[in-house]
Amino acid sequence: MIFSFDLLFEAVLFGVLLGCFYAAVSIGLSVSFGLLDVPHVAHPALMVFGSYCTFVVAGWGLDPIVAGVLLMPAFFVLGVLIYRFYYETFEKRGTEAGVRGLAFFFGLAFIIEVGLILVFGVDQRTVQAPYIGSSLALGEYRLPYRMLVAFGVALVLTFVLTLYLSKTFTGRAIKAVAQDEPALRLMGANPVRIKQWAFGIATGVSALAGAMLIIVGPVEPALDRLYIGRTFCVVVLAGLGSMTGTLGAGLILGVSESIVLMMFGASWAPAVAFGLLLIVLGIRPQGLFGR
Amino acid sequence: MKYWISVAVLLIAALGAALSGINEYVFYAGYIVLTFVVLATAWNILGGYAGYVNFGTGAFFGFGSYAAVVLFKALGAPLIVQIIAGAAIGAALGFGVGIMTLRLRGIFFAIATVAILFIAETLMINWRYVGGATGLQLLRPEVMAPFGSYTRMLFAVMALLAVIAVSVARYVQTSWIGRGLRAIRDSEEAAECSGVPTLRLKLIACVVSGALMGAAGAPMPMYLSFVEPASSFSLNWGVSALAMPMIGGTGHWIGPVVGALLLGSIQQIVTVTISNEINVLVVGVLLVLFVVLAPDGVVGLFRKWLRRSSR
Amino acid sequence: MAAPLLQVRNVSKHFGGFTALSEVSLDIAEGERFGLIGPNGSGKTTLINCISGLLRNEGGEIVFQGKKITGLAPYQRTRLGIARSFQVPRPFHTMSVLENLLVPSAYVVRLKDSEGEERAMQILKSIGLADKAHGFASQLSQVELRKLELARAMAARPRLLISDEAMAGLAGAEVDEVLDILFKLNESGITIIMIEHIMQAVMRFSQRVVCLDAGRIICEGAPAAIVQNGDVQRAYLGA
Repeated sequence: MIFSFDLLFEAVLFGVLLGCFYAAVSIGLSVSFGLLDVPHVAHPALMVFGSYCTFVVAGWGLDPIVAGVLLMPAFFVLGVLIYRFYYETFEKRGTEAGVRGLAFFFGLAFIIEVGLILVFGVDQRTVQAPYIGSSLALGEYRLPYRMLVAFGVALVLTFVLTLYLSKTFTGRAIKAVAQDEPALRLMGANPVRIKQWAFGIATGVSALAGAMLIIVGPVEPALDRLYIGRTFCVVVLAGLGSMTGTLGAGLILGVSESIVLMMFGASWAPAVAFGLLLIVLGIRPQGLFGR
Repeated sequence: MKYWISVAVLLIAALGAALSGINEYVFYAGYIVLTFVVLATAWNILGGYAGYVNFGTGAFFGFGSYAAVVLFKALGAPLIVQIIAGAAIGAALGFGVGIMTLRLRGIFFAIATVAILFIAETLMINWRYVGGATGLQLLRPEVMAPFGSYTRMLFAVMALLAVIAVSVARYVQTSWIGRGLRAIRDSEEAAECSGVPTLRLKLIACVVSGALMGAAGAPMPMYLSFVEPASSFSLNWGVSALAMPMIGGTGHWIGPVVGALLLGSIQQIVTVTISNEINVLVVGVLLVLFVVLAPDGVVGLFRKWLRRSSR
Repeated sequence: MAAPLLQVRNVSKHFGGFTALSEVSLDIAEGERFGLIGPNGSGKTTLINCISGLLRNEGGEIVFQGKKITGLAPYQRTRLGIARSFQVPRPFHTMSVLENLLVPSAYVVRLKDSEGEERAMQILKSIGLADKAHGFASQLSQVELRKLELARAMAARPRLLISDEAMAGLAGAEVDEVLDILFKLNESGITIIMIEHIMQAVMRFSQRVVCLDAGRIICEGAPAAIVQNGDVQRAYLGA
């Protein structure tokens, strides 16, 4: 165990950057699971898929962030299709949806993961960009540029999505459908179309999240398994339905993980998200800011 | 009564096969298929009967393996003790996860099982006594006569475990517990208001399920002469343990058996002839296909076919 | 005067910032036919959930047969004698109608299946579902589902039965059918709390009515008086 205040401060700094990144990759799940109650365990798999798509598109000479943004519309459509399928097959029937819906998304995650292995192999993939590889020197501390970029994109993404959900008509309809679907129906809005749209947005956001993922570090097909822990930890810790809470929860996770990484090494860090998730489920399952 | 006679016949057949001169490979592959029978049956007690999905079968299974390894390494414990220890650890883990998360909605329990899986793997990776990330090689003890090889003996042991698991599942299903679990699955709130102690029943199912999974994990290190965290605590165990009952049929104890025999055999064939990755793909695709198109599984399809042909 | 069967004392319930129930108190006498009315969102179902145990009330006490039941789980309260039907019927859809009744029969009354089946058939006969006994609960019509909800509650041998909008969406003759069942149950000694929107059913059935609005009791008394009460009319029609 290594400990010094300098190292601790650097770990906290890094943790803040990391935490915002975690918040950004979880915000799609905050919508699909937190607001729409879809048991979307395939969310990290879709995000990793997004990373690989970014890898391909960036390989044609584009900046990875640009690639991610370009992929968003396609992923939006993918999300709409997936939700429509899920709704028609499971949610409409209501009663048995629970087990079958979970099993469906679990199977989907595996299919995506193996599909990626078959196409790209199990080796790690990375992207190149001018901001990957060098760090910003702040006095004695070094902050990797790629983390700063991810941090920036994350903040913008969270900010834009939160604004969208609270200021625009569709956005508020999405929040409304989460809270009181029958009332929404009475107002003449079609809850299924709204949920479809929301799930599309959540998946579109995952494309950009995937781009950030491959910027922050190398990706491999099985990475989705680890991110099940991180994304669900953030969403549950935040409290279902709370967008702003996602940022706070992400920070808590990021800083905790960074400190554990510093003190105990890389073999313990992955378990932090899962451990934190269990603790939250055990003592305060409604999360910190939830509905 | 018919059941017990069939069971006795099957056991004798398994024993007879293990003592005969059949190709060694049959037992090598058969052991894995029988392991899946136990895992699928165990999964179904909580997942099929009560409707609470466990993704983390690997955690219970893996802890069973490691309990066996620790007892073997520290005390030279015989196989039967290892299996009991595996069951005990699985039961304890089931109780722990259950008491923490079975009060919550099903998806929270499911995610918690994934969390346990990863934490378990991390713990074993960081424990040098069991070999850490690289794992441990094991020297098998002397083969027990009259079995010609260790694999044959393990095959017979797993056959017995499979019979125990299925008998337990059958008992749970047909007893008063089974009706309560079904009520929970159909409508938990209505069940609670009809006098069903839902948390208690869910805990019982979780503990029994965990114990069987742990027991199935115990002989695995001996089978492989090797144990390591990555494969013991893999999410792949979870997808198979879930896919087999969902493909076979979740309402009846025969479903997981059918699913395990079918899918287990397919897996063995695909892994040997094509690749391990395609194997996982096949499991995933079959799972999604059945969940979408044939939610009552093979057993359900069979029942429908029976009804149609009797008209 | 005998002690009340059920005492609700100053019960409150909040959901985040929203107050669903605010210091609600009422007493239900044994054998009484009690009506609970109020506009949508007034807290009727929340109150019922607190009494049956699906929700935990914050603040206040609930006393049943002289015993405090505030901390008890729903299944324990059912075993003490409180049964309820659900507003949107929740049958055990993979079981037959008969088996639906065997659940409370086995878990509350602790009957073996053989005795339980006999008793369940009697209940089904008394409400007119006997011919559907072996059919799946998922194949029943709306009014049959409502009857099944009540039958299932009856199978638990309750002392207090809470009927949550059992007649919602039913037409004339069907309403009478369900009302008949409730009258018969009351005659056999079961105390009944009826939540209903169909005013003429409430008027015919209840001996005493309480009206809830926005989590508070705004009026209590005989049915005729309640319906004419200004506050009640305002609550339903809006200010």
